[in-house]
Order: sequence, then structure tokens, then C-alpha cells
Amino acid sequence: MSAAAAALRRENGFMFALTLPALLMFVLFFGYPVARLLSLSVSGLSGQWYAKALTDPLYRDVFLLTAEIAIIVTVASLLIGYPVAYLLATTTAGWRAFGFLVIMLPLWTSVLVRTYAWMVLLGRNGIVNRGLLALGAIEEPLPLLYNINGVLLGMTHVLLPYMVLPIYGSLRRIDPDLVRAAEGLGAPAWRVFLRIHLPLTLPGIAAGVVLVFVLALGFFITPALLGGGKVMMIAVLIQQQVGELLDWNFAAALSTLLTAATVLAYALVQNAIERRERAR
Amino acid sequence: MTLASAPLTLRGIGKTYGGPAPGRVAALVGVDLDVRAGELLTILGPSGSGKTTLLKVIAGFEMPDAGIVTLAAADITAVPPAKRNIGMVFQNYALFPHMTVRGNVAFPLEMRGVSRTEIARRVDVAIALVGLGGFAERFPRQLSGGQQQRVAFARAVVFEPKLLLLDEPFGALDRKLREAMQLEMRHLQRRLGITTVFITHDQEEALVLSDRIAVMNHGHIVQIGRPAEIYERPADLFTADFIGESNLFAATVRDHADGFLRLALDNGQTMLAAGERPAGTRVGALIRPERLRVEVARNRLDAIVIEAVYVGNAHKLRLQMEGGSELLARLPAEGGALPEAGTTVTLHLAPEDIHLLALDT
Repeated sequence: MSAAAAALRRENGFMFALTLPALLMFVLFFGYPVARLLSLSVSGLSGQWYAKALTDPLYRDVFLLTAEIAIIVTVASLLIGYPVAYLLATTTAGWRAFGFLVIMLPLWTSVLVRTYAWMVLLGRNGIVNRGLLALGAIEEPLPLLYNINGVLLGMTHVLLPYMVLPIYGSLRRIDPDLVRAAEGLGAPAWRVFLRIHLPLTLPGIAAGVVLVFVLALGFFITPALLGGGKVMMIAVLIQQQVGELLDWNFAAALSTLLTAATVLAYALVQNAIERRERAR
Repeated sequence: MTLASAPLTLRGIGKTYGGPAPGRVAALVGVDLDVRAGELLTILGPSGSGKTTLLKVIAGFEMPDAGIVTLAAADITAVPPAKRNIGMVFQNYALFPHMTVRGNVAFPLEMRGVSRTEIARRVDVAIALVGLGGFAERFPRQLSGGQQQRVAFARAVVFEPKLLLLDEPFGALDRKLREAMQLEMRHLQRRLGITTVFITHDQEEALVLSDRIAVMNHGHIVQIGRPAEIYERPADLFTADFIGESNLFAATVRDHADGFLRLALDNGQTMLAAGERPAGTRVGALIRPERLRVEVARNRLDAIVIEAVYVGNAHKLRLQMEGGSELLARLPAEGGALPEAGTTVTLHLAPEDIHLLALDT
């Protein structure tokens, strides 16, 4: 073995040693609990908990509702987030700094604080209902809290930054000369957007969609508080099984299914992106 | 494919950047320019001279604070870029990375609502014109720099614009390819007969390609003329120094002799120069290195060779005259041996080969 190869080996060994603390942390506090959960879900080599989760209409509805909420929140975040990202990417430095502060604020505040703030806003006597009543726009307070409306609003608010940031990143990477070239070649603003911005930000959109969808699937605090126990998403159900019914095996089966769905969603999008890249 | 050519006229174009008085930078000051139909006019200037701002004003990416832009007799000062009908080749080509060569070239035609079959026909013609016949389905990143530039050119002319703008398009290419592409673009431009404004800071490129050159400095056009005029009779010290290699001496007109001016150089030597200046005027005497010769005997300059290098088609000599000022000479390489450093030589030049300039005071 040459001296250079030996040196490279030593360096690789050193690098590996440096990653050891992180690796240990990961195995002990993530790998082990997940493996334990997995084994609980099939404890005694029984498939009964999976059968229960997948066949009982009660639990199937929870899965469907979770998927529905995650999809609506993802679409809403995209529709609201794209224009915000576009504004941030094209405005002056001063406005950009201000915009980022507004966008990032929810990320810096505790989920709990944000969620309680929404409860203050959306309640029967909350600001929104009182304002609308005072304006005469409605006769009775709108049911905004402790139902799916509140959950959707609260989750979209919390997850919006995860959509805005990757789209903003891909918008900023577009060479301004491409936009000028398109204009100079005769494209009005809306066609520049459809032909240049939109296709070139698809990777950012995909990243944002995956992030928001995956996070929404497993959301707990917001649906638990803003749903008032009436909006049963999967994470709320799991908590109930563990905390109230002490059915660890069933909770483990539900968790495994949630994890599988999450990984599947991620793999599908990743696959689509890669196929698009290869087609080029 | 032949294009109807149109003249471009700029009148009193002014543009100032920055807010209130102290931070303001005047990028363009009262620029007048006439580009004739079908000609290739180069706007030549160092960075910061205002040439890029002028280009943006012509393309419509910047609104001038003052002045009028006229293309084909129509005032387009306030017309947005999308409606100007100007083709542009960007410095980095700005090809759309997510579209094929065909997609890129078809883009301006699609924007104009040209029919599908007509687009296919015209795109094929344009791609063939730039010699990229087999590459229509490739993406830009699968092409070399020179090929990308051809695509950019095809895209800029396929919709038969009234004007073609070239923004330093050769800067990213290596020297050999650059020279080949310059000649090819020039050939295509002539063949299409399209009015062209070419922006560059490279004076060599400007001399080779242009019908006329407009030299810019500090937001002004300081001289417009054919390449030979600009090179041989630069209007001011800036142009003399910016274009080509030059020897510049401060001198005083002493008197008239044999129909020439007798100049007294600051080192005490005298030279005869063609021109008309009253006696006593301080002038700059510009001597191009290749004009220094051995066969004409009216002027004699004694000098010592400091350095002699062989540059392919010529010898380049760095010389020092009495009094210390340096002089550059370029002699055709005719097989003669190079004078060695330290040799004292005598230089000759014709009075017609001294160009007089006003000295900055």
C-alpha cells in the first residue's frame, strides 16, 4: 500500500471517528425506539393490530381524514406561499428583510403559543366573529374553532414557511437574464411566469409540497387543540391509544403505518423528480 | 432568410442612478447616436463607461431620464421590451435551460402566435443557418460554449427583429473559438442585413468586426467613426490610449518647416509632424508602434533597446530615449536578427505618422 493510500485511509478513519457521537445519538435515541415500536406492532408475531387499523371503518376514516387534511393544507400552502415567495424574491432588500421576519415569526414562536393565539382569534367570541358580527356580515358566529376549519387554518399558518422557503430559494436561483431574454423575445409578464418561473421552480415546489405534506400527516398539537377532540387525525389517535387506552401494540401499528405512508409520499415525489431530471 | 433592416436613432439620452444629489451617478449624458440600416455599430468602452446602460435603454430594460429612442422611424422610448421587436444575444447567452435548442428558438415565434407548421419551418431554417442541424433536440447544457452561442444567435434572429443587440457575446469563449465565432457572426449579420448594435470593451474585437465604432467614456460618446479613423485619428487622449498600443509624448510646437510642424519634445529632441497648430501650443504626439521605420530619414530618434521580444508576426521593442521616456516599436519580422538589449539604435518615422492631440490641462 502506498503512503498516499495509507494517509487517505487514516483520514477516512479520523472522519469516521468524528461522526461517532452523532451516530451513537441517532442509534440510541432514534433507531432503538423505532425498532422497539416496530416489534411492538407485531408482538407475538400477530398481525391483529394491523388488521384492526386497516379494516375497522372507524380507523380507516381517521387515515382518510388525515390524508384529506394534509392534502388541503398542502394545496392551500402552495397557493398562498408561491405568491409570497415570488414577492420576497423580486422586492427590494428592505422589504425582503421585513417579509422574512413576518414569514419566519411563526417558526420562532412555540407551536403552543401560536395555536392558543388562533383559539383567541377564532372562538365564538373571538376577534374574527365579533368583527364580522359588528359589520353585519353574519347573523350568528361562524363555527371556526373545534372543527376542521380551525385545524386547516392553524396548520396552514404553521406550515406556510416550509412551502415559502424552498420556492423562494429556487426563484432566487433563476438568472435574471433569463427573464429579460424572455421579455425581449416578446413574452408578456404572465407568459414569462408560466414558461420561465414555473418550470424552473418545480424542484422548489416539489420540496415544499413534500415537506408540508409529510409534516401535516403527523401533526399533533394543532389538530388536538383547534379540533377540540372532534377532528381525529392519526397523531391524535396514536396519542389517545398510548395515553388513555394504554394499547401500545395498536399505537405501534398505527405509528408504523404513518411512517410507511410518509416514506411512500417522499419516495413518490423523489422518484418523479429524478425521472424528470433524467429525461433531460 | 433576409431581414428588413431598420435605422436606430438615439437623441439626448440621459440616465442617472441613485437617489438624491450626493449618491447620484450619471451613467449617460446627452447621448446622440445614429445607427444606419443594416450596419454593425460597436459601442466600445471600458467598464463603467455607460455602454451597458445604453444597451439596456435600447433594449427597453431601463427607462432613460431624458431623450428619445427611435427604431424604424417609430418612437419606442416608452415601449416595453416585449413589444420592441429587438433580438438580443446576452453575455452568458441566457438560453432557457429547461427547453431544447428547438424549444429555445421556437420561443419568440410562439410568443407571436405563429402557426405550428410555420414555427417548425422557420426554426429549422434558423437552426440550419447557424449550422446546428443535428442538435435541435439537445438541451443547452449538452452543448459547448460556441454551440450555445449559435443557439442564442438563432433565437435572436428567428423572429426577424428590426434590430439585433449583442452584449459582449464572445467574452466567455477561448481565444481561438472566439476569433472563429466573431467571423461567423459577422458573416451571418452581413448575410441577414440586420441592423446590429454590438457592445464590447475589447478594442481588438471592435476593430475587426465593426462598420463603425462609437467610443464611450464617462457616459459620453467621445468619438464615432470607421475603425481605421478611430485607430489612426483618435479624438482625445482617452481614445488614443484605449485603442491599440501607443506612444504618447508631450511636446511644444516650435515653428513650421518644410510644410510640417517642428515639435520640441520635453527631452530636447525635435520631430517634424503633419498638422496645423500655432507655434507655442502644447500637444500630445501619438505614434503607433508599427509606424516606426528604418527607411524614412526625416526624423531621427536615438534610443537604447531595453527589451526585445518576438511576437509571431513582428518584433516588439521596448526602448528608452535620452531623458528617460520609454518608447514602444513594432517591426515586421523579416528574418533580421533582433537588436540585443543595451544596443543603441536610431529610429525613423514620417511626419504623417505623428497624430497630434490636445493635452489635458
